[in-house]
Amino acid sequence: MRSTIPRGPRMTLAPGKKKEKLDRLAELSAVRDDEQGVSLWREAMRRLRRNPSAIVGAAILVIFVLVAVVGPFLVPFDPVDQSGIREGVIKPGSIPGSSAEHWLGYDHQGRDEFSRLIVGARQTLIVGIVSTLIGLTIGVTIGGIAGAAAGLGGRWGRLIDSVLMRIVDMLLSLPSLLLAVSVAALLGPSLTTVMIAVGVVSVPIFARLLRGSMIAQANRDYVLAASSLGVRKSRIAISHIVPNSLAPVIVQATLTLATAIIEVAALSFLGLGNPDSTQPEWGLMLADAQVYLDVRPGLAIYPALGIIITALGFTLLGEAMREALDPKLRR
Amino acid sequence: MALLDVKDLSVTFARRGQRTVHAVDGVSFSVDAGEVVGLVGESGCGKSVTSLALMGLLPRQRGVSVGGSAIFDGTDLLQLDQRSMRDVRGRDVAMIFQDPLSSLNPVIPIGLQVTEVLVRHRDMGREAARKEAVALLDRVGIPDPQRRLKEYPHQLSGGMRQRALIAMAVACQPRLLIADEPTTALDVTIQAQILELLKELVRDSDTALIMITHDLGVVAGMCDTINVLYAGRVVETARRKELFAGRRHPYTVGLLRSIPRLDAGRGEKLTPIRGSVRDVLPWTEGCAFAPRCDFRVDACLGEPPAMTPTHTGHEYRCVNPVPLSQPEEARA
Amino acid sequence: MFRFIVRRLLQLIPTLFGLSILLFIWLHRLPGGPETALLGERGTPESRAAIRESLGLNESVLIQYGRFVKRLVQLDLGTSISTKRSVTTEFLQRFPGTVELTITAMVIAIGVGIPLGYLAARRRGSFLDQFSVGGSLLGTCIPIFFLAYVLKAIFAENLGWFPTIGRQDASIEATHITNFFVLDGILTREWDAAADAIWHLVLPGVALASIPLAIIVRITRASVLEVLGEDFVRTAEAKGLTERTIRRRHVLRNAMLPVATSIGLLTGLLLSGAVLTETVFAFSGIGAFIKDAISNLDYPVLMGFIMIIAVVFALVNLLVDVSYSLIDPRVRVR
Repeated sequence: MRSTIPRGPRMTLAPGKKKEKLDRLAELSAVRDDEQGVSLWREAMRRLRRNPSAIVGAAILVIFVLVAVVGPFLVPFDPVDQSGIREGVIKPGSIPGSSAEHWLGYDHQGRDEFSRLIVGARQTLIVGIVSTLIGLTIGVTIGGIAGAAAGLGGRWGRLIDSVLMRIVDMLLSLPSLLLAVSVAALLGPSLTTVMIAVGVVSVPIFARLLRGSMIAQANRDYVLAASSLGVRKSRIAISHIVPNSLAPVIVQATLTLATAIIEVAALSFLGLGNPDSTQPEWGLMLADAQVYLDVRPGLAIYPALGIIITALGFTLLGEAMREALDPKLRR
Repeated sequence: MALLDVKDLSVTFARRGQRTVHAVDGVSFSVDAGEVVGLVGESGCGKSVTSLALMGLLPRQRGVSVGGSAIFDGTDLLQLDQRSMRDVRGRDVAMIFQDPLSSLNPVIPIGLQVTEVLVRHRDMGREAARKEAVALLDRVGIPDPQRRLKEYPHQLSGGMRQRALIAMAVACQPRLLIADEPTTALDVTIQAQILELLKELVRDSDTALIMITHDLGVVAGMCDTINVLYAGRVVETARRKELFAGRRHPYTVGLLRSIPRLDAGRGEKLTPIRGSVRDVLPWTEGCAFAPRCDFRVDACLGEPPAMTPTHTGHEYRCVNPVPLSQPEEARA
Repeated sequence: MFRFIVRRLLQLIPTLFGLSILLFIWLHRLPGGPETALLGERGTPESRAAIRESLGLNESVLIQYGRFVKRLVQLDLGTSISTKRSVTTEFLQRFPGTVELTITAMVIAIGVGIPLGYLAARRRGSFLDQFSVGGSLLGTCIPIFFLAYVLKAIFAENLGWFPTIGRQDASIEATHITNFFVLDGILTREWDAAADAIWHLVLPGVALASIPLAIIVRITRASVLEVLGEDFVRTAEAKGLTERTIRRRHVLRNAMLPVATSIGLLTGLLLSGAVLTETVFAFSGIGAFIKDAISNLDYPVLMGFIMIIAVVFALVNLLVDVSYSLIDPRVRVR
């Protein structure tokens, strides 16, 4: 029997429907291999958009920022005007609550609570952002120098890295509150003091984060590739390593915003904040209201809720960002 | 009467928003006592999933469904509840996995990982279990077993780790052993040793062994019967000699042809199978291998081909199989 | 192991050294200068001169620093401006209270946190899981002192289930040996005193535990999830081991490693929280004392406590590192 099978690709199918159907089915079943490479950020944005807690967090933040920015222009009363005292409604042991005019009632110094709450949002936002920025800039600078020195500098570089990290570790060896308290003790009680104190507390976190991230990146193959192509080390550091190390820093900044607001409240509670409670700020309002908890719990509850919800918003968004930016979770 | 009789095993994974994956799509084979059966195929053909399904180790999630039957010594393993399955595993049926380092608990000593099987299934006391563990480690060729009992996985070499895992698997003298790519993660010289060890154990205790691999060389050296899998279904099954001498299914032909040969002339091109694993047709629409098949005919589309039995027990799932005695196949 | 500990202790020295420099600078930068800081506003001219002399303020910075360090090493941390007693004495008297409170908080955080985190991981996607994740997120967002006040208001003042303030009911007239009130009660067999001390620890303990609890739940859950996907768990299943054995010996023993590391980090949080909680509950530990020191500008106390706490903190971290190497054989130093 002669072999009827010729060599090479053998198309023994008759042309016509079945062949086309087959080819089409084969095409459909084949996974598309020409997916464009997506950048980390774009992929992260895509994941974020699908993550419900990210959406909730972002929504909270948008509302918060809106209230903070626009709110003060729309409040019914002047937040510093102690109208309640003038009107004689504030008596010891009795602070009027919600009414038609004053939606959340008066505070212990006769000011409109609602207006204070709204205006306080702005101050709280500023406080949170400033503290975080302080910590971020200083921390990132230190961490960046340490990381770059460790990667680039050989003996001197490692020494610089060592010294810087020792200093950072020293800051870390103190519980955050004590550190904040020491800073505050130096500067005297005021809002600025508290912001600086809280900022200083977060410096070690950012420093270690960026340094660690940079060192991890420095060990990656693409750095080796760039260096073998002759790219100068300093350029590698600036153009390649730093951008890729930023992701965890951004996540941490978001999370730090949440804790900054809470820590500012704690420091105010301890008496290190602005002794003058005229300008409303949620942390300060919460601290002041503790004494009146049995008389008017609302005075504490409203700013507390504000702080909790805002911190929650930042935390939700931050955690969602962390998940979204984690390359290990790539499907 | 076969020790294990698998009929129409199917495993599907369904995920929200994605196409259902038919990882195993009607696999049937059988294993006799003392027999070494090979499950061969490329990655993604369903061989590992088959073994996990037999052991009841598939994740118990909503999207995972298992069908068919696997009669082991009279009981359908697929119908057993978790509790009974836990009794069967380790005692009657045992499994060895691919990567010995990650398959061992890094924070407890090797000895404990062996004795815990003995304590669990053979109700041994601590002293007795320890003695038996030493004997087992010795049996699998680990030198100085007494000392090894207290050592941790990271202190052992790759080959020794795999031997330890084999010791754990045979500790209770199971009647069926499943080895899923046991040598893929090891050096070539160690590979040979481990395979020798498995052959010995199987011979000495009449244990049946299911050998899962993509490596035809391994299969050639060890298996009595070989099942070739493609796209979740067995496409050819034969006794070893017959498969290598007289394979019929084009996929098997392709597999064998794609092995580089030492006696091939210099510069001679390698002949891989056309296309990739993803160029597949669902079995419901015809032969899954058709998009890549050089022997394709019209009849390959439309209906899934059934297994063609022969009098020698060699079966193949093809309507246009490779004819016997091909000139270019004479080399094999 | 021993060498490991010694090495770590030696590493401690430069850190403490640096800290002492920082404290020195800090002391000299305080408003009013170090004499005012150490003596308070009402220092007499004589005592101010005396302090100047002993601090060596008229001499070079190096000598001043030298004396500063000498005093530190001799554990002479100065005298509290408000209570007029030595800072060391104040610390020793009040520290046990904070220790009891911290232990209570850790017991709650670990005792509830680890099982909860484990269950949440095992039953991923279930209501318990989502509740745990949500709750732990929320837990880190609630200011501790607010939570403390709320607990106090509801459970102590309103419902009266727990005492509102203090460490112990004065009417019990308990005997105090170690200043660990619970321990004292047990040692002297004054069971009512011990029980009363425990009762006073509940509410502040819960408040203090809130953040560590949230963190432990989150870390345990993540860690267990990761371990559940590991190959060796599959091997354990393939061996037919019981669910209990797998959970204890294979899953938890590996999952607890990251949890153990973070417990060390939690100590810092606990201390900050202790200051706030003790203030709310008028619990006489070092936390409340620090708060008073802040209000009274009692700098000797602040400085002394900072130094002591830094040392304690470092020692606790060392302890955690050592225990970590005990748990994870891969880390063991040979």
